[in-house]
Amino acid sequence: MQIPIASKFDRVCQILERHQRNPHKLIPILQEIQAEYHYLPEEIMTFVSTALGISTSAIYGVATFYSHFTLSPKGKNIIKVCDGTACHVKKSESLIQAIEKELGLSNKKRTSEDLLFTLETVACLGACGLAPAVVLNDKVYGFMTPEKTLELIRDIKAKEVQS
Amino acid sequence: MQHTSLEERKQQYHDCMTQYKAKIVICGGTGCIANGALEILHRFEEVVEAKGLKITVALKKEEADYILSESGCQGFCQMGPLVTLYPQGIFYVHVKTSDVEEIVEKTLLQGELIPRLLIHDDESGEPLADAAHIPFYAKQERTTLKLCGMIDAQDIDEYIAHDGYAMARKAVLLMTDEQVCQEMTASGLRGRGGGGFPTGRKWDLTRVQVNETKYVICNGDEGDPGAFMDRCVMEGNPHSVIEGMIIAARAIGGNCGYIYVRTEYPLAVERLKLAVKAAKEAGFLGENIFGSKMNFDIIIMEGAGAFVCGEETALMASIEGRRGMPMPKPPFPAVKGLFGKPTVINNVETLATVPVAMLMGVEKYAAKGTAKSSGTKTFALTGHVAHTGLIEVPFGTTLREIIVNIGGGVINDDGTNCGSNFKAVQIGGPSGGCLTQEHLDMPLDYDNLLNVGAMIGSGGLVVMNQQTCMIQIAKFFMQFTQNESCGKCVVCREGTRQMLGLLEDIAEGNATKESLELLEELAHVVKVGSLCGLGKTAPNPVLSTLKYFRDEYHAHVFDKHCPTGQCQALRTYSIVPELCKSCSLCAKKCPVNAISGAKGVPYVINQEVCIRCGVCMETCKFHAIVK
Repeated sequence: MQIPIASKFDRVCQILERHQRNPHKLIPILQEIQAEYHYLPEEIMTFVSTALGISTSAIYGVATFYSHFTLSPKGKNIIKVCDGTACHVKKSESLIQAIEKELGLSNKKRTSEDLLFTLETVACLGACGLAPAVVLNDKVYGFMTPEKTLELIRDIKAKEVQS
Repeated sequence: MQHTSLEERKQQYHDCMTQYKAKIVICGGTGCIANGALEILHRFEEVVEAKGLKITVALKKEEADYILSESGCQGFCQMGPLVTLYPQGIFYVHVKTSDVEEIVEKTLLQGELIPRLLIHDDESGEPLADAAHIPFYAKQERTTLKLCGMIDAQDIDEYIAHDGYAMARKAVLLMTDEQVCQEMTASGLRGRGGGGFPTGRKWDLTRVQVNETKYVICNGDEGDPGAFMDRCVMEGNPHSVIEGMIIAARAIGGNCGYIYVRTEYPLAVERLKLAVKAAKEAGFLGENIFGSKMNFDIIIMEGAGAFVCGEETALMASIEGRRGMPMPKPPFPAVKGLFGKPTVINNVETLATVPVAMLMGVEKYAAKGTAKSSGTKTFALTGHVAHTGLIEVPFGTTLREIIVNIGGGVINDDGTNCGSNFKAVQIGGPSGGCLTQEHLDMPLDYDNLLNVGAMIGSGGLVVMNQQTCMIQIAKFFMQFTQNESCGKCVVCREGTRQMLGLLEDIAEGNATKESLELLEELAHVVKVGSLCGLGKTAPNPVLSTLKYFRDEYHAHVFDKHCPTGQCQALRTYSIVPELCKSCSLCAKKCPVNAISGAKGVPYVINQEVCIRCGVCMETCKFHAIVK
């Protein structure tokens, strides 16, 4: 769905106002923008640059420095596979491989063609006691196996088909 | 504003508690929630009410028969969801929603135990009724973590009832800034974030700076893979962190605080925000705190996913809205920190320990642990160990005690217990190193670890069994630091990339003697040529695996063989003719048709075609394929 341009900037303005247009608050501002749009759209970054009086290159610098920010749209469902030490020694790689195979993803391609899934690997979720752990749309699943992971994905796919 | 005193609030809480017949505490740590703790909580409400009895939750404390409380992480994540019933302290593990009915029926109403849900003693097989007798807890000394897992993190009154904020009030109203610093020095507390710098001295250095604005920062950017103690403290006892910050602010004359939390810890962010709000309402934060002339407020800031922001100068750059790149020191933050003002920056665990040490009496706290590393330390015990979770022991405890007595011993890949299968422990994450068999009886403290080329770091302890390939581990950490290098220093940015390339060569059988020499040389260059802790310590996992497992490197480089069979490129799969039943299943599954044979004749794998994917081995029902 195309969001009308005017209302698109309304939201950004609200976010900027909430932070008193303080350039030091750039990171929280970008976080809130990303929460709104699921990524950082280029035209909005240009707008933020003017509003805060920071150059676009500086904003681009910050946006690309932190792994939490993304400049391209993400899938509807976010799968985070923990590849921290504890998960790694408990074979989290096999989960990543299974998901990549199931969704046709690769090292470079992290979002599925149908924009349903984005696969992310994270360094450590701090759920080491549950290793290997997977987070699907902010819900943590512990003691995962490739089979259990694929089951989760297929469940979502099935629900999508139904709706 | 009129405030009820801490004592009154404490008394009110205890008076209120006497009306309940039992208190049901459900562990609400990330691990237990993932296993369905919240569903269990709601089930308790349903079941109790269905019996015509009344139940309330800790936050409301209404008139009722029972009270339900959601605690922070209790550390025993593997056994979750955990349910504890007070006053007896009955400790149920692996509780499912379907068990709730029985717990209410038998234990709550009739006082009977349900053996199935209790932990059993390994030796005698007897069920253990309460947590105090379970080896996992009995061998620990939970000091900083004591209240995590006991109190409801969302209820400030529970914290106050356990003498919370009493030390902050004492520091603000009854002590001078200098006295607070002296008190910390006397406690012997050293920074728990990895560096181990004495906290009292750090505060004193900031205290003597003259400036109207000074900052207190709590570093909650716990990025080390395999460490989650700070998450547990922030989720389970956020008020202790706030109290620690108030005391730090008193010591340095600070008026503004920041808590910088990883964005990967949403629950910690939520609980901290709630806690700050509650502390403000109680008059512990804001203007004229505790009725004094002191103003101190706390802002919570979420990180955005950069490991290097755990480094203090990078963290401050991040709060200022810039790329999180470290700056050379000096000037130290104590002199010129956040926004150019004197700043004290402490780790979560350090700050949470401050009120605990003061409450206990600093001399008593200093007497714990070893001479130069006083007190207790939390460790995240994970990997190939029977009981994974968060533990706390005094400094000086040996690895053997931790792994065997608390962790329940080393396990095989299939989860079975095998004491002799111990290979190594990775301590301190990507900045740390490996400890082996020979270090099992070494007392763990800051200095002993540095002497053997490791460091306590933030306290991640990943146990590895004999089936773990050390080249893969070194490669894993190098991949991590390479990814997380901010790119400022050339030796770190390019050096880690080259080191990773060399490790990949080794793992794939493409390395030569020169590769090994180059790897060692580079490790040295990265160590001395980097600006911040990330680069300086990045080579540690390589250096320590080289030191203790050189044979394994040699096997990969010279014999093109991986002793553990973990390196895919160096594996060879073969079929044991005596075991092969010629069912042809492996041949059908092989993605590259490398397996051939005929009925009645054992099948063979063509090594030239084989891509070493291992599918055949997983498929074979007769275990006829070996690697």
